[in-house]
Formats: sequence, C-alpha cells, structure tokens
Amino acid sequence: MSAVAQAPGPARFCLVLLRRQLTLAVRRPIEIGNPLLFFAMVVALFPLGLGPAPDQLAGFAPGILWIIALLSNLLTSDTVFRSDFEDGSLEQLLLAPQPLFLSVLAYIGAHWLLTGLLLALVSPVFALMLNLSAPAVGVLVASLLLGTAVLSLVGGIGAALTVGLKRGGMLISLLILPFYMPVLIFGSAAVRNAVLGIPATPYLAIIAAMLCLAIALAPLAIAAGLRISVDA
Amino acid sequence: MWSFFHKLGSPPWLYRIAGTILRWLLPVTIVALCVGVTWGLLYTAPDFRQGNSYRIIYIHVPAAAVALAGYYVMAIAGAVSLIWKMKMADVAMKSCAPIGAALTFIALVTGSIWGKPTWGTWWVWDARITSMLILLFLYLGVVALYEAYDNKEAAGKACAVLTLVGMVNIPIIYKSVDWWYSLHQPASIKMTGDTTIDPSMLYPLLLMIASFYALFTCCLLMNMRAEILEREARTGWVKKLALGYRS
Amino acid sequence: MYFDSLSAALSMDGHGPYVWSAYAICLVVVALILLAPRRRRRNILRRLSAEQKRQQHGQISGNEGK
Repeated sequence: MSAVAQAPGPARFCLVLLRRQLTLAVRRPIEIGNPLLFFAMVVALFPLGLGPAPDQLAGFAPGILWIIALLSNLLTSDTVFRSDFEDGSLEQLLLAPQPLFLSVLAYIGAHWLLTGLLLALVSPVFALMLNLSAPAVGVLVASLLLGTAVLSLVGGIGAALTVGLKRGGMLISLLILPFYMPVLIFGSAAVRNAVLGIPATPYLAIIAAMLCLAIALAPLAIAAGLRISVDA
Repeated sequence: MWSFFHKLGSPPWLYRIAGTILRWLLPVTIVALCVGVTWGLLYTAPDFRQGNSYRIIYIHVPAAAVALAGYYVMAIAGAVSLIWKMKMADVAMKSCAPIGAALTFIALVTGSIWGKPTWGTWWVWDARITSMLILLFLYLGVVALYEAYDNKEAAGKACAVLTLVGMVNIPIIYKSVDWWYSLHQPASIKMTGDTTIDPSMLYPLLLMIASFYALFTCCLLMNMRAEILEREARTGWVKKLALGYRS
Repeated sequence: MYFDSLSAALSMDGHGPYVWSAYAICLVVVALILLAPRRRRRNILRRLSAEQKRQQHGQISGNEGK
C-alpha cells in the first residue's frame, strides 16, 4: 500500500497554519502587547494635546479611538509575512499544493485575532478614559471587531507587496492608508450616532459589507503580491 | 489584427510610432491650450455669483477630469501587463503615474485657490476635493512602490497589483467621502455649477478638457519613449540611434 | 475681449491675484511635465553616445597598442 501521506485538504491546512501562527505569536507575548500599549499611550496623547475638558474629549472620542485603532493596526501589518519571508517558509508556502487563497486567510486571521480582536476587547477601558457615553461603548466594540478585520485584510495587501523590500519602512503606510479611510469614516460614524442615541446598525452593516468584499478579494491581491515579492 | 498587437509589443516600433504621433500632436496640444486659456481668461463673461474667480474652472475641471481618467488608463495598462505579460503595457503604466500625480496636484491647488474668494477658506473638506487628495496619495503610492523595488520587472508587477486594488477602492472611497461630507455640510455648493452653464462658457471648457487629454497623451508618449530607450539601452537599434548623437 | 484694459484684466475686480496665480502654477507644472521627459530622453542618448565613443577610442588605441 502506498506509504505516502495524503496532503491535508485546504481547509485543514488553513487551520493548521492558523494554529501555527498563533503558537508562534504566543511565544512572544511582548509583541502582542505592543499595539495595545501603543493604543494606551496615544489615548493619553489626545487629552495632553487637546486639553482635558470632559465634554470636548467626549465629543471627539469616537474619532480619536478609531484613529488610534487604525494606527495600531498599521504598525503591526508590516510584520504579518516578514518573519516567514526571511527564513524561507513563505517560499515553501508558495510551492505547496494547497490554494494560496486559504493559506493567506490563515495568516490574516491570526493577525486579526492577535491585534484587532484584542484591541476591540480592550477599547472599553480607553473609551471610559475619554468619557465616551455608555451606550456607545457596545457599538464601539462591534465596529472595531468588524472594522479591524477589514483593516487586517487590506493591510495584508500592503504587507505582501512590500515584504521583500529592504527599505520598506514607511512605504506600507503610504500605500494602505487611503484604503483604510472608508472603514474609518463608517466606523467612527457608527459610534458617533450611538452617542446621539441613533441606531448604528446601518453603519455596522456597511462595514460588514466591506468585510465580505475584503474577504472575497483581498486574498487574491495578497497572493499575487506574495508571489511578486518572493520571486523578485 | 493580431499583428497589430504584436507590433504594439515591439519597443522600436512603439518608439517610432510615438515619435510620429508626437510630431503633430505636441504642437496641436500647445496651440489648443493657448487658445483655450486665452478664450477662457479674457474672452468670456464672468459668472453672475462668483465673479471673475470662476475662470479657474478652465484649468481646474480639465486637470481633475484627466487626473481621474489617467488612473484608469494606468489601471488598464497594469492589467494588460499582468495578464498578457506585455512589457510595453508595463512601460505605459509606469509612465502614467507621475503625470497623473502632477495633474492631481494642479487640480488640488487650483481648487484651493478658487475656494478662497468663493467660500472664504483655502481648504474645504468637500467630497470632491477630499477624493482628489486621496487620488494624489494613490498616485504617489504607485510612484513610491516602483522606486522601492530594485528589480524593475517585479516593480512593474507590484505596481499593477496596487493600481488594480486602488481601482476597486476608488468608488468605495468616493462614495464614503461623499456620504461623510453630506452629513456635515447639507448645503454643499457644487464646485463647478455645471447644471446651468451657459454655452459661451461651455465651449472653452470643452476645448480645455480636450486639450488636457491631448496633453496627457503627449506626456505619456514622451515618457514612454524615454523609458523604452532606458530599458533597451543594450540593444542594437538603440545603439544605432545613439551613434553620433549630438545634444 | 471682455476686459476694457490690461490693468482691468490683471485685477479682475479684486479676483486677479487668485486667477492669475492659479494659471501661473498650472503653467509651471504643465511646462515641467512636458519638458522633463524630453530632457530625460536627451540625457539617455547623450550618455549612450558618449559610452560608444569611449568604446571606439578604447578599441582604436587598443589596436594601436598591439
């Protein structure tokens, strides 16, 4: 009988990759903590820059929280593929028989679980510090959960295109910030409306629609970008 | 038909044909621009509400229109280069980016200058201006990405991917910014007021728009010629061209 | 012409500085995007022809040396 092991199916492979990424990340807890720490410190920057008046802060709080979440996501998106690129595992992934689409989703999924999800869960604390009114906090968490997923997917495109570059640095920010803007617009709008007592579900629905589009299309661009970077 | 596409992919043929087109298109473009500018600047009546400052429309609107169209040209060239692996399409795409960025810059600056006498401020975050600003970032992103890659073939492919992602996003970005702006400024003044434009004002505007399209084509062809020479520097036909070239 | 005199055309009822500066900036940028590729093409051809001359001289002096 054949002693050759069957290659795992795409779905199974995807889950295995996901688990691998999470395990690797958990071994370096500081790196998980970095974006959260950044979030906390920048939250402190805004009152320092704008003045501590509670009503003013509360008025700007939805936008401030969303912008900081966006920037934290920006900082970490560069690292999604970098370490695997450097040690050659990315090249192996490209040679694997499993479709790149799902493998890429595994990487991005892990990235979201380690940044966006944690950011969303921790955000109520900072919302409190900026005097965001209570009903809006739930909407904030929901909008961040959906929105950061979109940000991770879009950030992955920038990461894939720049992973092979030596002088990458700021370039990824220049590339993906324009694509972050629609998410910011609707995310902060959702929270602002929640503060006013208006139901925010339409805005959350729009972000969810963007998420569907991103899940469908971003992995194609990411896969193309990875092939270009690895072959370069 | 097929042989046409085959020839399109040949650098020396494209170089020559571009040169031939430029020989008549460039003078025509410059004349058309001069005529359009003189017409709009000096020979049309001022707008009822905005006075003489509306004359900026004759450079703002054409620049903005061609800047947006140029992005689609760049995206199509990028797609062609990715799908059919045509190097000349890659050259076209790369040549579009700086021209598009320059035109977007003109649109933004003239729009800002127009805003000062009209609305009292140098900058208004209205939907169109904000979208133009984002378009400038998209163009500059393509330029930056191309320069960052050492391997120029990979650079072209990466820029093609980025441009296509941008193309998918432009409608989303525009609609989001439009919606966002309408929230905060219900009585938005249409920058061009083009619903009730008088024919005497319309014709010079159309001339300027056509001239700017011609301008874009000229700059694109000139950039492509320079790029082709640089890429094909080691080949026989370029060496023959350079032989005894006196500046 | 719509304006009565040159000074009227320059001042445009107070809007003159705006209109003329907008057109001036446009002129500068358009001139740039038209002239830059020409200069680039000339530089490339000049560089290539200089290289060829150097190679030719190198060959000639190389032959003479033999």
